Amino acid sequence: MLRKLFNFNGGVKPAYHKEASTTQPIADFHAVAPMPAEFVIPLHQSIGGMPHPLVTAGETVKKGQLIGGPDGYVSSAVHASTSGRVKAVEMRLMPHTSGLSALCVVIEPDGRDEWIERAPVPWHSMAPDEVRDAVRDAGLVGLGGAVFPSHLKVNPGRKGKLDTLVINGAECEPFITCDDMQMRERPDAIVRGAAIMRDLTLAGQVLIGIEDNKPEAIAAMQAAVSATGAARIEIVAIPTRYPAGGAKQLIRVLTGIEVPHGKRSTDYGVQCFNTGTIYGIYEALELGQPLISRIVTVAGNVERPRNFEVRFGTPMQDVIAQCGPKPDTDRIIMGGPMMGYAMPSADVPVVKATNCILVGSQALFPPPPPEMPCIRCGECAKACPADLQPFEMYWFARAKIFGKAQEYHLFDCIECGCCAYVCPSRIPLVDYYRFAKSEIWARENEKSAADEARERYEFRMAREEREKQERAAKLAAKAAETKAKQAAAAAAAAAPVDKLALIAAAQERARQQAAAPQNTGNLTPEQQAQVAAAEARRAQALQNEGTD
Amino acid sequence: MIAAILVMALGAVVLGAALGYASIRFRVEGDPLVEKIDAILPQTQCGQCGFPGCKPYAEAIAKGEADINCCPPGGEEGIRKLADLLGREYKPLSAEHGVEKPKSVAFIDENICIGCTLCMQACPVDAIVGAAKQMHTIVPKLCTGCELCLEPCPVDCISMVPIGESVDSWKWKYPVIAIRKLA
Repeated sequence: MLRKLFNFNGGVKPAYHKEASTTQPIADFHAVAPMPAEFVIPLHQSIGGMPHPLVTAGETVKKGQLIGGPDGYVSSAVHASTSGRVKAVEMRLMPHTSGLSALCVVIEPDGRDEWIERAPVPWHSMAPDEVRDAVRDAGLVGLGGAVFPSHLKVNPGRKGKLDTLVINGAECEPFITCDDMQMRERPDAIVRGAAIMRDLTLAGQVLIGIEDNKPEAIAAMQAAVSATGAARIEIVAIPTRYPAGGAKQLIRVLTGIEVPHGKRSTDYGVQCFNTGTIYGIYEALELGQPLISRIVTVAGNVERPRNFEVRFGTPMQDVIAQCGPKPDTDRIIMGGPMMGYAMPSADVPVVKATNCILVGSQALFPPPPPEMPCIRCGECAKACPADLQPFEMYWFARAKIFGKAQEYHLFDCIECGCCAYVCPSRIPLVDYYRFAKSEIWARENEKSAADEARERYEFRMAREEREKQERAAKLAAKAAETKAKQAAAAAAAAAPVDKLALIAAAQERARQQAAAPQNTGNLTPEQQAQVAAAEARRAQALQNEGTD
Repeated sequence: MIAAILVMALGAVVLGAALGYASIRFRVEGDPLVEKIDAILPQTQCGQCGFPGCKPYAEAIAKGEADINCCPPGGEEGIRKLADLLGREYKPLSAEHGVEKPKSVAFIDENICIGCTLCMQACPVDAIVGAAKQMHTIVPKLCTGCELCLEPCPVDCISMVPIGESVDSWKWKYPVIAIRKLA
């Protein structure tokens, strides 16, 4: 049966450049290349709270050992990529455009590559909360590039069950082929992972969307679905158009549901996972292996483009060296040419977000021609897959009128780059949106910090006022008490004292005390007998004394 | 003639009663202008403006007793916002109240701290934890960088550490437009 597919507005069809890196199978990087001298594993590899380090310098760790504990609910765990010694927990250069450093665990491999003990997670018999904790502790995050913690998405949503679970194998961005190769070579594991996720989210159907420029992946996945006999899982070929792999775009193509501004797809009974993440779910729950590696495409200006399974923390330049970078290489991009970020150096580590290491040169990516004024042609609005008005957002971002930019739903922009791609004036539109977004975030953070400070200040003022009043009340109470005492003493001093009566009362008290021992009342018969016997002995003794 | 005067007088009485009722019924507690000014102020509670906190300064501005350029932590941007709100002219930060510094937080050298609690009493936002004769420490997330704890410290163990940029707080820069030479 042919499924009815839907369409999203806009999008572009750039040159895909995907063939070069798909000629070779995925290679285990650590089998073909020497072990790196050190693994630099950043603790913060996902959206949300920064995991806290659980190891210190000098400790030995095993492969897969937890080295970063999740910080709060929106955070994910980090694990050691190999066995060895922790060389340091220190600030190292991050794979981030800023060129700033963050806390990393540096592991010196011992070469034994020894696993921790692994055991499958009995997810069938576990409560949903426990499964979520297991997924979080396995360090699973969205491997499509957004690195959103997956445990937050293993959730049937408000309705209690999903209508459709969408698995994203579209991989629409040029050059990147890691999901394609994984689907070709490991379709069984992905289908099993999809079945696990189907059961965890109580999904009515599972749709695995793959762009139709990957016929091998589609065929392999279809074969795996029929071989495993997995129910309610369907492979759907979708038309190739960038950005069909955006979550909202893919959901729209497969189900026709357009998730509006401010809503989540789960509100409409749909949830979306990347195929790489689904593979990670399978490994984490069925094999008990935490996420310590991923498939990385190395493409662009290299002699032998290829996909590798690379452990996190491996320096990017080691990976690139395996592919023979051409001499005119002048930049490293993490991600694809449309949405990727320029790296500050080739020395940065591979992290969970590294789906592709794109090696660039002047010839491959020539510098953009000079920016010309916006002529309001509206091409960007036609190309925008999020149905926004990019030129309006551009004007406001450029003029730093951020409130207005937000009114045009700046935060619904997925930074896909279609608008900049079609712009006849070659305006780097996405740069403006990123600038405006980070300014707005900074302002919001500042504002919430100021609000908190105000609240704390007001609370302190109120507390000081209360303490003052309490102290005053205490002093007043004490003063009143002393006054009362003084008054009583004065009254006593004023009254005439009857000395004779006092003496008589004292004598009476003394007589009462002397009258009888207090402990002879209420005695049991035995005790009385004992007392009587003792009295008799005493009398006897007295008599004997008298007769001597 | 008299009828006209009566009608006018009646109208005046009715409208006056309505206005009087409205002023009681829809009375606004507090001064909304003070709230608006207070929202712009940075809430460091540092007292550099000469008032014991941001709220008192906001009240003084609203009453016209203080100028809008007395807040160094708010800086130029703060003055511009206040000028916009109040419809006044922008003026540069008054030098006698201090200079604009990079945002920083206080840091206690825990080896020197003697646990006198004087800094805790000075902190306007309760950002310092500790007890008498116990080491104190500052919660950096709550510290507003007001510097009020520096003065009372008898052993000078508190220093101000500027907040550096981190990967999380880093901001994308304004796109630079390349200037090219024509001909």
